[in-house]
Amino acid sequence: MSQDYKEITENGLWKQNPILVQTLGMCPTLAVTTSAVNGFSLGLATAFVMAASNGSIAPIRRWVPREIRNPVYILIIAALVTVTDLVMHAYVQELHQVLGIFIPLIVTNCIVLARVEAFAAKNPVIPSTLDGLMMGLGLTFVLTLLGALRELVGKGTLLSGIDLALGPAAKQFVVTVLPDYHGFLLAILPPGAFIGLALLIAARNWMESRKAASGTQTAPSEPAMAHGH
Amino acid sequence: MSENIARHSVQTAALMIVFTLVGTLLLVLAFFSTRGPIAESERKAKLALLEQVLPTSLHDNDLVTDAADVPPNDELGNRDATLAYRARMAGQPTAVILEAVAPDGYSGDIKLLIGVRADGEITGVRVLAHKETPGLGDYIDIAKSNWIKNFDGKSLAKLPEDGWKVKKDGGRFDHMAGATITPRAVVKAVHKALKYFAAHRDQLFAAPAVKESAT
Repeated sequence: MSQDYKEITENGLWKQNPILVQTLGMCPTLAVTTSAVNGFSLGLATAFVMAASNGSIAPIRRWVPREIRNPVYILIIAALVTVTDLVMHAYVQELHQVLGIFIPLIVTNCIVLARVEAFAAKNPVIPSTLDGLMMGLGLTFVLTLLGALRELVGKGTLLSGIDLALGPAAKQFVVTVLPDYHGFLLAILPPGAFIGLALLIAARNWMESRKAASGTQTAPSEPAMAHGH
Repeated sequence: MSENIARHSVQTAALMIVFTLVGTLLLVLAFFSTRGPIAESERKAKLALLEQVLPTSLHDNDLVTDAADVPPNDELGNRDATLAYRARMAGQPTAVILEAVAPDGYSGDIKLLIGVRADGEITGVRVLAHKETPGLGDYIDIAKSNWIKNFDGKSLAKLPEDGWKVKKDGGRFDHMAGATITPRAVVKAVHKALKYFAAHRDQLFAAPAVKESAT
């Protein structure tokens, strides 16, 4: 039962990365990652929900009977998501508008329920919260990377829209990497999301297989079995 | 045996109710503590938007609260009642901001905000919402190009009836090759909105202000 914190962190960020390895929660992943800022923001919101839901379900795990554990978990997750939605609406209104329906849809992101079921339902509060947070950050990292990739190829910029999150003063942080770039629309449109994600997964697999081949003792991670929507 | 099952069911149901109540309580608390900030940030966002189509030098009143109901009509293309924001200087009407809908864009409605001076001259137009193709028809959005500024200063008096078209159709408005449906819809909607304003000007300024609905 005493899960090593380092292992939890590594699992969330890399070894069991929710997107690259578990391929869970594909719907928001593919839809929102049109820019680095969008991916990062939705990732953070999801990470917060995951840490909070894991953290609040772990202490009550023994009182929830098996028969109603799913409705109870979903109820808690939905309440947390609604709170997140309201808070974002109140304090980062423009970002809230950009992310739109995908904030409420965090409820249906199966990675959240998956971590509650697989981890928080069996472990104490602190490791559970850490697991939720790290899985969430692993998700954030991939969403940001995928968003940056699509934004760079599609529009030639990085961090566009950062002013929506940090106020108009942040507009200066927008980096135009390729000036006078006419854009490559495909990267921004849905196919770009699939292709970009495939490239990221392939890159991860390549890195892992190289690591395995070079003789280090890391066991190859299990192939993704579960598929989300 | 069956008694056990019944008791177990009741217990489980009771537990579920407890969780539901706790969840509801959490939501109630969150709702009430964010209601104020949400209303305030929506008001700010709206004001920022209104100020894009109407220079602040044209009014000294609070635009958001001085709004009149506009019933659904064909000229503005709105299917639901919208608001007309009145700008006044020392009580005198100077301009009005109308919400219009272009129903014939390439994909779905294009919602517009149109600022018109009392003399019928456009102070500015902005696209509130659209679903046009990214990278193709979306140049009507100020975030993508300055095309929408073509409307600034135009009026029914300055531009004859047949000028209110894209150049491809013999009018005065530029468009990008390969994406004419979108600007055509916008030009048409703005033109119609100006006609609506010309016909209902006094009525618009005289109508009582509606209470901002608490959304």
